[in-house]
Amino acid sequence: MASKDIAPPVETVTVKVDGRPVEVPRMMPNWEGNPEPTTVLQACKIAGIEIPHYCYHPKLPVVGNCRMCLVHVGMPGRPGPDGKSPENEDGTPKIFPMQLPYEPQTPRGVIGCATTIVPGMEIYASSPETKEMRESVLESLLINHPLDCSICDQAGECKLQEYSYDHGQAESEFEEFKVHKPKAVDLGPRITLDAERCILCTRCIRFTKDIVGDDSLGIVNRGGYNTISTFPGESFNNNYTLNTVDICPVGALTSDDFRFQMRVWFLKETKSICTDCGSGCNVMIGSRENKMYRYEPRQNDAVNGHWMCDSGRLNYKWIGRGDRLSIIKDRKGKTSWPIALKHISDHLVNADKGSVAIVASARQTNEELHLLSKLAKHLDAITDSIPRKGKADHLMMIEDRNTNTTGAQLVGITSKRVGSKLSIIKKGIESGKVKTLIVFGEDITKHGIDTELLKKVTLIVSDILPNETTKVADFLLPGCAHAEKRGTFTNVKGRVQKFMKALEPPGDALSEWEFLHELTHNVSGLNGFKTIEGLFNQMAGEVEAFRDAELTWAKLGDHGLDVEL
Amino acid sequence: MPSEYKLVLKHVDKAGYTNDISCYQKHGGYKTMKKVFKIKAKKTKEGVNSPQEIIRKEVLVSGLRGRGGAGFSAGMKWSFVNRKSGKPIYLICNADESEPGTFKDRQIIYKDPHQLIEGMVISCYANDVNLAYIYIRGEFPEGAKILNRAIDEARKAGYLGKGICGTKFNLDIHVHRGAGAYICGEETGLIESLEGKRPYPRIKPPYFPAVLGLYMCPTIVNNVETLCNVRHVMEMGGEAYAALGTPGNTGTRIVSLSGQVKRPGYYEVEVGKATIGDLIFGKDFGQGLLEGRKLQAIIPGGSSSKVFREGESFNIKTKDKEGKEIEKKIDLLDIPYDFDTLMKCGSMSGSSAIIVIDNSVDIVEALGNLSDFYAHESCGQCTPCREGSLWMSKALKRMRSGQARKADADYLKHIAHNIQGRTICAFGEACAWPVLSFVDKFRDKFEERGAEDEARAAKQENQEGVS
Repeated sequence: MASKDIAPPVETVTVKVDGRPVEVPRMMPNWEGNPEPTTVLQACKIAGIEIPHYCYHPKLPVVGNCRMCLVHVGMPGRPGPDGKSPENEDGTPKIFPMQLPYEPQTPRGVIGCATTIVPGMEIYASSPETKEMRESVLESLLINHPLDCSICDQAGECKLQEYSYDHGQAESEFEEFKVHKPKAVDLGPRITLDAERCILCTRCIRFTKDIVGDDSLGIVNRGGYNTISTFPGESFNNNYTLNTVDICPVGALTSDDFRFQMRVWFLKETKSICTDCGSGCNVMIGSRENKMYRYEPRQNDAVNGHWMCDSGRLNYKWIGRGDRLSIIKDRKGKTSWPIALKHISDHLVNADKGSVAIVASARQTNEELHLLSKLAKHLDAITDSIPRKGKADHLMMIEDRNTNTTGAQLVGITSKRVGSKLSIIKKGIESGKVKTLIVFGEDITKHGIDTELLKKVTLIVSDILPNETTKVADFLLPGCAHAEKRGTFTNVKGRVQKFMKALEPPGDALSEWEFLHELTHNVSGLNGFKTIEGLFNQMAGEVEAFRDAELTWAKLGDHGLDVEL
Repeated sequence: MPSEYKLVLKHVDKAGYTNDISCYQKHGGYKTMKKVFKIKAKKTKEGVNSPQEIIRKEVLVSGLRGRGGAGFSAGMKWSFVNRKSGKPIYLICNADESEPGTFKDRQIIYKDPHQLIEGMVISCYANDVNLAYIYIRGEFPEGAKILNRAIDEARKAGYLGKGICGTKFNLDIHVHRGAGAYICGEETGLIESLEGKRPYPRIKPPYFPAVLGLYMCPTIVNNVETLCNVRHVMEMGGEAYAALGTPGNTGTRIVSLSGQVKRPGYYEVEVGKATIGDLIFGKDFGQGLLEGRKLQAIIPGGSSSKVFREGESFNIKTKDKEGKEIEKKIDLLDIPYDFDTLMKCGSMSGSSAIIVIDNSVDIVEALGNLSDFYAHESCGQCTPCREGSLWMSKALKRMRSGQARKADADYLKHIAHNIQGRTICAFGEACAWPVLSFVDKFRDKFEERGAEDEARAAKQENQEGVS
């Protein structure tokens, strides 16, 4: 490691957690990432002990309202008039377990989320006193909470359920009637609230106010009747509302898209990347029996933190569409991969230099684009891609709606001005210079090259959904959605991130890199790798930016690596 | 037998005394303020003391303790203010007098508003405050009008605004009306409310008002009566003020006496000079119980303070005349009405509101009434209080509707125990203490009620079984 990478020594404080001395940094990042004195909760986490909590969230302002993280602690005594701190007989510092000032026989808890550590402090994270405080808070939270976990959509990922299992009492003394509050409240177009299940931790309010900058959520009524609400007549409708469902520790806020679709414990979780724009938010795909049910944001502080936008989160339905392309076609109709690839390879081998043009999609993976780029170099083909723009917002959604524009640029498929060569390609077809057109994942008829023009060339198309271009293709190769293959994308800031396979593709559809690898080999004679790991590592050696960053598939890890742009 | 000592209420209720500025000035008003403005910096061994430091020292020496409820030293509170933050310092007068049984601050607001303003000008001058607020409870619309008129008068007289009385000191005071919530009397809840938000009390640490108060600036929150007393401290001098009352419990206090006594009302006394018995039975004070009634209980410091049962006595540690620590037995009615002795007896003088309960009152009903109040006033921010206050109120409603159980005494204590010491603000104690103390001290009454209801239910079940 270069010497400039060595961080200055971190100032530490030693505290005891359950009797064990633990050295922790004196300062740690707060919710905004600024250094603040380390809290009891953070210190315990470092010690490997989780302090249960509801309202605390590492990326939201601390309010300390749920009281679940109450812990009993002991403090070193204050120095006396002689300047000496109180000591035990053996000369060690005397620690005073905290007690209620007005009732010294009763231990006093502090909230772990907002209490900062001091040297010598003892945190009794698992003591009977702490346990009793937790049980009492849980009992309070449960008295008015519906005990119908069996029909609650949150079951299986509910913090109330989990902590009740860990810290709850089997019986409650509650003898009264429960408070009834509104159920199935339409908070906004994507969110439904069950106010009876709400434990009023205010995570949703703080996220909406402090992260999104939207004041639409608040609390109405008083005391035990407190209820989360929008202003009368107002709708909870920013592009980040579904994050409140993720951070809601209970089943109060549910996603209209996901609620009652699938019990969460049946969901297979697969690490992936959102393809809605060039931000490359890290996501987790939830799927069961080859059907995708949801995206959830996956924490990556270098990219999306804990969050993602609603439009990205809901942009997955097309993956399971019934009209997905699933058969390989040539001019005569249905065919097979070996036959189609042989015909295409032969065609390309015999093609005149400069007579082939390639329109790739900036939504394809780095590997696919790299293979296309290699093919293009061999054929002396002109290549480009299609720009796709939308409105950027103040948080995560950016203007570029292509997932991998940066990757397409780095491997040389397109230039800084994406789509600038489309008119040259068009003129080439018109003049008869371009005789073969390869199109990946784009409907070229929407970008100035209409069906009549396409009839003039040998059209090789790979896509996943039917469109006007696929209709007139001479060769049609069904590809995969990102959820159906592995690969990498490079986001707008140059972070290379990998995604995993969650689903099997329909019919004969095949990962584009697999058949592109074969095609490139057949046409150019260049050897490649038949695994995504090998292919990536080979690409990393061939693409300058990736080589400079010394990327390997293994080094990318779950959160990706930055390359210099 | 001690009698009233009128300092703050000196002119209040006297024939012809009105709440306008000319009447106040005729009775010596704003003279202390002008005197304070003339205080010059002084050289001491430690260096040069600014006029502000001199005033703050006087308040500290006076031993003045907060009259709102906690009884914390006003001078100490001022000393915590972060004066080096570079941010403005605010002063807020807490006029959200809402503690059941308390009706002292409103006497000052309605009848002698200029005394409060003078106290505030002096306090603001002492703390380099240029903008102050009076947060008045929503139920005092007339009080807000009176204060606004008084502020206008003071501004016209040059006692507020820019360059007050020819000094370089600027001060403005704004009156802000609450919307009717008990929790706004909690200082950080008040600050949130003043900022235009829901009055959710803040967590302390880190949000101590002296450091991160109003708009995250250093802020002093003082009670109406406390601020008036600052004026008297500066009029008579800290040491002279400290000579009033008893050591550690200095000055005078206005006691609100209510409940079943012959002469309920507000009485200003030297702190600790009158006993609880004097205040209830003294001819200058409550003049005793109604005819034919017997004393049952006393709530000594507003509804949140722990109740005393008639006939109780306490062993407390105190100092004899030579300053030697001794243990002394003291009967309920002989408790000197001050801050410290009441705490030693397990309760508090709180907002100095004594509520007398005679033998005509059903204790379970009385506690039910209090618990309903706290369930209604809990802000609902933190779990133990939000859930617990409503739970206690529901339990007591059930007990009052013929479905009490013998086990309910412990049941109530369990709920209250889950609240006290576990909440964001002192409201947790405020709602738990009445329940804990009522059940502890009147367990027989609660169990009696439970036994009766259980016996009746059993009898009914038997009859139904026979038919």
